[in-house]
Amino acid sequence: MVLEGMVLTIEVALLSLIIAVILGLVGAMAKLSKSRIARSSANVYTTLIRGIPDLVLMTIIFYGGQIQVNNIGDLLGWDYIDISPFVAGTLTIGFIFGAYMTETFRGGILAVSKGEIEAAHAFGMKRWQVFMRITLPLMVRHSLPGFGNNWMVLAKSTALVSVIGLHDMVYNAGVAAGATRQPFTFYLVVAMLFLVITGFSDFGLRWANRRFSVGVRRA
Amino acid sequence: MDYEVIFSNIPLYFEGLWVTIQLVFLALVLGFVLALPIALLGTSRYPWIRLFPKAYIYFFRGTPLLVQMFMIYHGMGQFELVRESVIWIVFKEAYWCALIAFALNTAGYTAEILRGTIEQTPYGEIEAARACGMSKSTLYRRIILPGTFRRALPAYGNEVIFMLHGSALAGVVTIVDLFGAAKIVNSRHFVPFESFITAGFFYLCLTFMIVSLFKKLEFRWYAHLRPREV
Repeated sequence: MVLEGMVLTIEVALLSLIIAVILGLVGAMAKLSKSRIARSSANVYTTLIRGIPDLVLMTIIFYGGQIQVNNIGDLLGWDYIDISPFVAGTLTIGFIFGAYMTETFRGGILAVSKGEIEAAHAFGMKRWQVFMRITLPLMVRHSLPGFGNNWMVLAKSTALVSVIGLHDMVYNAGVAAGATRQPFTFYLVVAMLFLVITGFSDFGLRWANRRFSVGVRRA
Repeated sequence: MDYEVIFSNIPLYFEGLWVTIQLVFLALVLGFVLALPIALLGTSRYPWIRLFPKAYIYFFRGTPLLVQMFMIYHGMGQFELVRESVIWIVFKEAYWCALIAFALNTAGYTAEILRGTIEQTPYGEIEAARACGMSKSTLYRRIILPGTFRRALPAYGNEVIFMLHGSALAGVVTIVDLFGAAKIVNSRHFVPFESFITAGFFYLCLTFMIVSLFKKLEFRWYAHLRPREV
């Protein structure tokens, strides 16, 4: 049962990672764009998200979002929309870590040396091509360590979805603990499973780091 | 939006705010006291001594705070030995359980920060201190630790903010901190959006205060790196 929960935990973690990466890319572009509106809205996004605890944000979106969505739905004449804990949990975690990813990616883009971008322009590449061929791959290299940290924190944050009633590892362990009267054992198992997840990710991230740093000279 | 309910419940929020500040402050102090020896052991020359701090840091940084808190709050009652001894007075109370979990957790993160910055001490400083004839304890007290704390300041500021955010979990185990207050207001009046947004606003203010406090500290502690005023 705890293992079933682990599948859900991993699902939530991976789906919210995808959301976070997309939001992070958009946010980083907005922060570096010339438009003042884009810049300041990205700034508001990252400051607000990083200033409020993830648990509080999750309840705001889960309980509050439900009401807001249906208020809007009433105006537009939709039927009652039920936001499931799964959707709320995934969206919230994605939304929160989008802010952290924004900062990581922004740093990564800024670390790309200007000469390489100028060289690409000199070759006659279009702006889009420069981004896809030069900036993006180099940004991945620079932001991979920060990305790895964010992923580890994200994976641990998924434990919070049990608070809004999603049947993840922690929730299932609680149920099992109630039935067997052995809470310590079950929570210890959950802790170990989290260590397994972070251990595997560490392994994968090290591989990716080697892969993306091909050609970097080390002193 | 119904903010009248919030205004009538503002005292409850301030009580919660006080509990949050207490919890975070105590956890940080206890965590720091615990982290220092762990970090010092972590820089030991002998691999078998480094084993304990490594395992401690790995466990507390690798698992969610929520699970750690549940292991203490729900888990300790599993052992008869604990239930029948004097320390059950402590583990019976949600407040102490949460505080212990927070302190142990932040000790793990702080120890890792300190371990890194102790190792960054420039070798010349240690050599110079030895040349002056300082004993090992004087060397640590006068040279290594002050430099370590200074280098650790920015990372520790982040850790303080993470601890503040993590402390919201206390509301999950029946403690009336800021988040717990929001939960009570919500369940009494069913105003989920307003009640949690208010708690979020309080946390935001606390975060800004911590950020500006650490900016001030950094300004002071990094005075030697400041560009000279002409």
